[in-house]
Amino acid sequence: MNEKILMKGNEAIGEAAVQAGCQCYFGYPITPQNELTAYMSKRMIEEDRVFIQSESEIAAINMCFGAAAVGVRTMTSSSGPGISLKQEGISYIAGAELPVFYVNVMRGGPGLGNIAPAQSDYFQCTRGGGHGDYRVVVYAPADVQELYDYTMLGFDVADRYRNPSMVAADGILGQMMEPLVLNEYKPPTDLPSKAPWRLGDPATREPLWMTSVHLGEGKLEEHNLRLQAKYDEIAKNEVRFEEIMVDDAEIVMVAYGTSARIARSAMVRARAEGMKVGLLRPITLWPFPDAKILELADRVKNFLVVEMSLGQLVEDVRLAVCGKARVHLHGRTAGGVPEEDAVIAQLKQVRDSKGDEILRNF
Amino acid sequence: MERVFGMPEAMKPERTLYCPGCGHGIAHRLVAELVDEFKLREKAIGIAPVGCSVFADKYWNFDVISAAHGRAPAVATGMSRGNPDCFVICYQGDGDLAAIGTAETIHAANRGEHFVTVFINNAIYGMTGGQMAPTTLVGQRSQTCQLGRDPAIMGYPIRVCELVHELPGVAFVARGTVDSPKHVLKTRSYLKKAFEMALGRKGWSLVEIISPCPTNWGMTPLKALEWMRKEMLEFYQLGVFADCEGGQE
Repeated sequence: MNEKILMKGNEAIGEAAVQAGCQCYFGYPITPQNELTAYMSKRMIEEDRVFIQSESEIAAINMCFGAAAVGVRTMTSSSGPGISLKQEGISYIAGAELPVFYVNVMRGGPGLGNIAPAQSDYFQCTRGGGHGDYRVVVYAPADVQELYDYTMLGFDVADRYRNPSMVAADGILGQMMEPLVLNEYKPPTDLPSKAPWRLGDPATREPLWMTSVHLGEGKLEEHNLRLQAKYDEIAKNEVRFEEIMVDDAEIVMVAYGTSARIARSAMVRARAEGMKVGLLRPITLWPFPDAKILELADRVKNFLVVEMSLGQLVEDVRLAVCGKARVHLHGRTAGGVPEEDAVIAQLKQVRDSKGDEILRNF
Repeated sequence: MERVFGMPEAMKPERTLYCPGCGHGIAHRLVAELVDEFKLREKAIGIAPVGCSVFADKYWNFDVISAAHGRAPAVATGMSRGNPDCFVICYQGDGDLAAIGTAETIHAANRGEHFVTVFINNAIYGMTGGQMAPTTLVGQRSQTCQLGRDPAIMGYPIRVCELVHELPGVAFVARGTVDSPKHVLKTRSYLKKAFEMALGRKGWSLVEIISPCPTNWGMTPLKALEWMRKEMLEFYQLGVFADCEGGQE
């Protein structure tokens, strides 16, 4: 199992899901995630599990709602426009506290946009996207190995907290081939049993009502506060990030996914030119590594956010620094990918900038 | 002494909150009687739709899940595929099944999903206060067709049984009503057939129940039954539309 094989990102997600025991996959075609649905149409049926190409993204997420309700691992996948359609279902799933894993292989928006890689669904991923006070655990892998590994973790985290979790990838990560090790799935031994709540299995309990509707006076507030306590627990336990050469850094870049790979290359070259640059790579977009960023902001006075969107991630970094540092932005959009030279040029501008100046480069 | 009538075990001993003359209570009870008859109480999952019957869990004494408006057939698909031992009853109204959830309905039928659909057609949106449904009759008045349904502006009422019965995934489709003991028993026999189809994994089945909504029709319960017989049953013909076992009435 330690041998490296070449695999496309979208297919690596599919294989990880199969290994992690996903029993039901529901999908609807949309570029640039189609290889995942295609892969599952073969693998799930080979494994005698459930594969349905649904009539719509809305149906797919509601099929996930049903499958999760009877206690099996389930997932769906799409790209931005399809995830928009799924948001209604995700909100219901979060409200009913069901474990569902899903993937957004992001493309350019708004609207039909284009099919080029983008990160402009950051708000959609991290702000819930659907209606109501809820949170989704968001993993942002930066290579094919991580797509594989965080898909497995996504299922575990969904089960642990009875909450939706997702992988936020982009068209580059989904489409490219890279070597990866098909790590064996090791189920955590401490996941809570689904027996007390899974439907259709009431041998030892009273009939259940699984719902997200709470109409009695104060009932929804009580429910939402209980959900909030769960989200606090997730925020305490599940934050993940990678810090690279931040210890002596005078400028720290913040970037995730594909942008983080480019920022990292820019960092290496900038270091070779004598600039003290580091990189903080959030791996979970929610919960966000804000405590780490605040800690850095005690010493680092300039952050440069590199994102394939026009000022989305930068908002979380600004919230995290609490006004203690300047947060600059290098953004591209709609298939535009940050270029190392341009990032290095902006790093130099940041180094040479004075006072309260905030540099924004699109 | 043999007990010949009583509260089904699959019903909770609760008074329903439905309006006087509403058909939901009878439909709930028929479902519950069949859950008992087929000994399904420990594997049944009812889907409470959006509408007046969103609180079906208060009356059914088995597991119930609330689906988003129109999404019940997709949720039912996920449950019955995820655990084929479950017995899923998809209970939907006309707005839910034939407006916002038309795609989910048609495609669940076409895939031949093994669950039972109970379709309550009262030609109106009940819980939201009497708006036009996809099944509202031509000329019928509602909150959102106050001058009467004009097909030139609002389209025609949809006959769901006639629409779905030719799909190859369909096992059984019938339309009954609850206006009289005779029709209640007939509707029960349709539901029983639908249960048998799902248990025998023969495909998708639907029983449409023409049902009164006196409150939103603005009638007394008795007037509502009269209107339903005269107007609705003329447009919505009762009977079996599909039976994969070729059963005759």
